[in-house]
Amino acid sequence: MQAYIVRRLLALIPTLIFASLIVFITVRLIPGDVIDLMLSSNDIGADKKSRAQLEAALGLDQPMVTQYFRWIGALLFEGSLGLSLWQNTPVMEEILHRLPITFELGIMGLVVALIVGIPIGVYSAVAQDTVGDYVTRSFAILALALPGFWVGTLVMVFPSIWWGWSPDVKFTSFTQDPLKNLAQMVIPALILGKAFSAVTMRLTRTMMLEVMRQDYIRTALAKGLATRTTILRHALRNALIPVVTLVGLQAPVLVGGAVIMEQIFVIPGMGLLLLEAVSQRDYPIITGVFLIVGVAVVLINLLVDLSYGLLDPKVRYR
Amino acid sequence: MVAVVDTVRPPRRRQPAAGVVGFMVRLFRDKPLGAFGFVVCAIFLFCGIFADILAPYGFNQISPVNRLKPPSEKFWLGTDNLGRDMLSRCLYGAQLSVIIGLSAAALATVVSVFIGIVSGYLGGKFDMIMQRFVDAWMSFPDLIILIVVVSVVGPGMGPVIVILGLLYGIGGSRIIRGAVLSVRENAYVHAAQSTGASLPRILWRHILPNVMAPVIVLFTTRVGAVILAESGLAFLGLGVPPPAPTWGGMLSGSGRSFMYLAPWLALAPGLCITIVVYAINVFGDALRDLLDPRMRGSR
Repeated sequence: MQAYIVRRLLALIPTLIFASLIVFITVRLIPGDVIDLMLSSNDIGADKKSRAQLEAALGLDQPMVTQYFRWIGALLFEGSLGLSLWQNTPVMEEILHRLPITFELGIMGLVVALIVGIPIGVYSAVAQDTVGDYVTRSFAILALALPGFWVGTLVMVFPSIWWGWSPDVKFTSFTQDPLKNLAQMVIPALILGKAFSAVTMRLTRTMMLEVMRQDYIRTALAKGLATRTTILRHALRNALIPVVTLVGLQAPVLVGGAVIMEQIFVIPGMGLLLLEAVSQRDYPIITGVFLIVGVAVVLINLLVDLSYGLLDPKVRYR
Repeated sequence: MVAVVDTVRPPRRRQPAAGVVGFMVRLFRDKPLGAFGFVVCAIFLFCGIFADILAPYGFNQISPVNRLKPPSEKFWLGTDNLGRDMLSRCLYGAQLSVIIGLSAAALATVVSVFIGIVSGYLGGKFDMIMQRFVDAWMSFPDLIILIVVVSVVGPGMGPVIVILGLLYGIGGSRIIRGAVLSVRENAYVHAAQSTGASLPRILWRHILPNVMAPVIVLFTTRVGAVILAESGLAFLGLGVPPPAPTWGGMLSGSGRSFMYLAPWLALAPGLCITIVVYAINVFGDALRDLLDPRMRGSR
């Protein structure tokens, strides 16, 4: 197991290099030239400089390879992701400012998903084909089918029409007023976690059904072990392995969902930062956010792979 | 427990025609919710295929006199801010969703199964490299790749299908691989290996059938997920461009500000997405329960 962990950590290096390359190359494929945008925009006074001068100032005149190594070098040795092309502020600073907001939203969504999804999934499998199974499955699948952006839209539109109430769009940070912040985040988090909880429930149910038909479950029941113990100790532990995979898989989905939630509820997290940056072709911000989110997800997936060995000794690593 | 030897023909090979009829009988007898999902999926497919005939008006037929009319006998689902009939637009929206949903999910499933089975079964260096690629790919939020690639190749149905298919395909391979990791340690796989069965044969006859439950669940969730993702993309203004009546697109853009005056604009497209995705998922669940060979005897 220890050797596996070391190997897995070493394998992280090519993944991260690969990821950074994909980020860098993909982002620079965005059509529309930031220089054109800057030259056509009056408020930054770009008209005083020529196109070549601007390109040189931003380092965009260098070959792509040079640009990549400058970017990655600055990140590794100075912890810098460069300056925003528009605001001229450090990208890292901006990201570190926004990251906790999106992280909070994501964690709240994850907690909603697991608290709701796993127990319902287990119940639904144990009570397969009963009325309870049908009802819980129907509701969970309904949650999966509801588009987050539609629920968000309805939450904005209908309370406003009926009661003249609409969610607060002036953001309060957790450090300013924790209660107000949580009250503000809870609706987006519920909507964000809703689909994930349904996915969790479905997979938990599927895997529980698989596991419950295994010989060792029959053996456990046959030797007189209590049904409850059999389900929780023997079945659930094995059924949860793919569910753990799902958490790793869903991490970027949560970020994607957060982008939409942040847009609807005007939460100034990484999602809004990204949407703004994409519309302005602000390369350093896009690559920065992209990379930071990517690295976070790579680390989550590492934890997921490592937890396989703890949850399921049967899976042997060679 | 009977070991499945490679030379023994699999039992219970059903005749295709009888199989379909038998399946339908069992679906309606044993799985009422799944049958309901099947019926709704069939209606959805029908609406998508025959949208041109069914729709009372064109999807972009503007009528300034009939702006923002509430649902009535003439306009069953009301009209939007340009006086376009919402029912017709929802029907044409079904057409777009059928095409995008089925093709992207099919592509995604093929990609997932191929990567998941090969990588999970072979293990070793190949698995290591493949999983680093999957890691790197999955570390990018879908929405960002979608935004970037759509803006490179231009918006449109083809790019959206290919991008969604690849996105969900590569990501979903993890679930299949996870299942394969357990299956490959089973006695019948070792038996097949010791009888000298070829690699494709082991993968096709022994591994694939035994990971079918997750594969089916994956495909169905993918059809739903693709329709959801496409509508989310359209919601952000990055899907098939207007005036194409995508369900997500109808909930975004200029229509949004009119929802406070005409709430039915916010209801119909969202309901369409929800009902269709719901139906696909309950049908998928029933399919899984009925088709998985190992689950058949469990009732």
